[in-house]
Amino acid sequence: MEDVISYREAIAEGIAREMRRDPSVICVGEDIGAAEGVFKTTVGLFAEFGPGRVWDTPISEQGFIGAAMGAAMTGMRPVAELMFSDFFACCWDYLANEIPKVRYMTGGQVTVPIVVRTANGGGLGFGAQHSQAVENWAFAVPGLKIAAPSTPADVIGLMAAAIRSDDPVIVFEHKALFASKGPTAPLDHVVPLGKAATVRAGSDVTLVALASTVPTCLASASLLDGEGIQAEVVDLRCLIPLDMRTVLDSVGRTSRLVIVEENPYQGGWGGTVASIVADEGFQLLDAPITRVAGACVPLPFADSLEKHVLPSVERVTGVVRELIRRWS
Amino acid sequence: MIDAERLLSWYHMMVLIRRTEKAAQDLFLAGLVKGTTHLAAGQEAVAVGASAALRDDDYLFATYRGHHHAIARGATPEACLAELMSKASGLCAGKGGSMHLTHAARNMLGSYAIVGAHLPIAAGAAWSAGLRGTDQVAVACFGDGATNIGAFHEALNLAAVWRLPVIFLCENNLYMEYTPIASVTAVEHPAADRAAAYNLPGHVIDGNDVEVVYEAMSEAVARARDGAGPTILEALTYRHYGHSRTDPAKYRPQQEVQEWLARDPLLVTQSRLLALGVPKESLKEMQEQADKVVEAAVTAAKAAPEPELESAFTDVWADGGASWRT
Repeated sequence: MEDVISYREAIAEGIAREMRRDPSVICVGEDIGAAEGVFKTTVGLFAEFGPGRVWDTPISEQGFIGAAMGAAMTGMRPVAELMFSDFFACCWDYLANEIPKVRYMTGGQVTVPIVVRTANGGGLGFGAQHSQAVENWAFAVPGLKIAAPSTPADVIGLMAAAIRSDDPVIVFEHKALFASKGPTAPLDHVVPLGKAATVRAGSDVTLVALASTVPTCLASASLLDGEGIQAEVVDLRCLIPLDMRTVLDSVGRTSRLVIVEENPYQGGWGGTVASIVADEGFQLLDAPITRVAGACVPLPFADSLEKHVLPSVERVTGVVRELIRRWS
Repeated sequence: MIDAERLLSWYHMMVLIRRTEKAAQDLFLAGLVKGTTHLAAGQEAVAVGASAALRDDDYLFATYRGHHHAIARGATPEACLAELMSKASGLCAGKGGSMHLTHAARNMLGSYAIVGAHLPIAAGAAWSAGLRGTDQVAVACFGDGATNIGAFHEALNLAAVWRLPVIFLCENNLYMEYTPIASVTAVEHPAADRAAAYNLPGHVIDGNDVEVVYEAMSEAVARARDGAGPTILEALTYRHYGHSRTDPAKYRPQQEVQEWLARDPLLVTQSRLLALGVPKESLKEMQEQADKVVEAAVTAAKAAPEPELESAFTDVWADGGASWRT
């Protein structure tokens, strides 16, 4: 496997591919140009496309997210980088009130083909204001599409779909996955928004995962395999559109569902997945739906504490083991 | 110097706006408009003067007090009133309402009801014009109340450092909602006095004189088209109604109200037209014509059907639908 790429490199690669094919694609954000991003996720873009297409901004999230919206409404396809997803709170008006609503409330007169990419999630010890998994914030707002890739190839494919989409798309890039590696994607690889991937087949339990919890679930599934438990792992890849067909089909095969999400249990997206399965797939179930989620506390700094409150391989494995023991 | 014919056409537009706002108020009192409205009667000269200085392909962004801008940019009184009355024939198909009038056909790209939010958006439209190699400009019209919110300052700074072809046009009507802007702001002129902080030109102008607004806007637009960057204009004006429909505006001193009513933009323009030799009858004719247009608009809007219920599930996404899951 020679064509291996890191998740971090895949971000810049995915954007660059779209910038090459469509001159209306531009990048905007803090330290993304000559500095190539604080997470080095825009390496090479400034050198290849120059300051006319890769724009450094002041620390001014309302200013540049709002400006990106205005550019998107008038013929451009801006890709805005919000350095940390926690900073959504600094420009939430645009994500909650403006970008997702302007098409609807104008009766379809305008469209907003914007991508807002952001480094999301914990595991790197950045403390409570730089570690949150906030995909559920966006999930609470009708009018936003949400992608959260777990592999480098999906980063490239979902980035292509997001940038080509005429709808606003939030791309959550997981900080804990930046260093991970995988096969790169062939040219013109597009992963359509709203198509989950069954990344491991199994017959005993369905693990529904997103971004960082995909490798967690895969590791757990390997351990469980040694105990004779076959776990199927579904990588949602997107929260909106939400591919419930794939989830319900999987639960139809396994009859048990464990949802593994990094955002807090309180208000987490897993609650919606669980409610849909309860409404539409109750007859498929042989066990209660179970959620493994971030704890309902601000993210602690200390490594040991942070690990303790986020979903881990140990926790997922323990929960599945117990579920199978009680409901077989 | 503006010739009589041109000034007369502006007067006509101002009267049309005034009559539409009066109709909106009456429809409210009759229970035919739900929610709220923020009428711009008294501020017509700002909208008409600004639009007159723009090309059809320039961008304009307004606030929830934005009926005057929508009409000045070509939206019909009928489409506006139908929108207020929740009708399918409304400007936004009944999905926006009074606070979100939008007429994208003439690049009036929306009315925004979160104070100050549209200033960065307008800056973005101006940025996009440059990126696309056009010489379009963008205008953000906003109230005095927007000048103390972060988005105002972030937009000014970004527009200044990127030298964007954008005009920030403040309609300073002295009151944010119920509180005088002067009582909560550290400078005398809440928009223009901030210009220096962003190394931008800022001018205070008479917002009740349509010619003054037109001249100032024309200069700012020319500057923006020439690549010289943004301008802040602060147009002093006054609303004839309260902040919104539930506000009788009793907090405004009677003497102040009388002084401003004496400087009603329609009266200012009327005197100018009479001085230019336009006969009184022509003005009267114009008023009657506006009355007829607005009366017909009210009749048509009343008769228009309500939106189909299915339309609640259209136009969330660009494909026209609202589907969020499989």
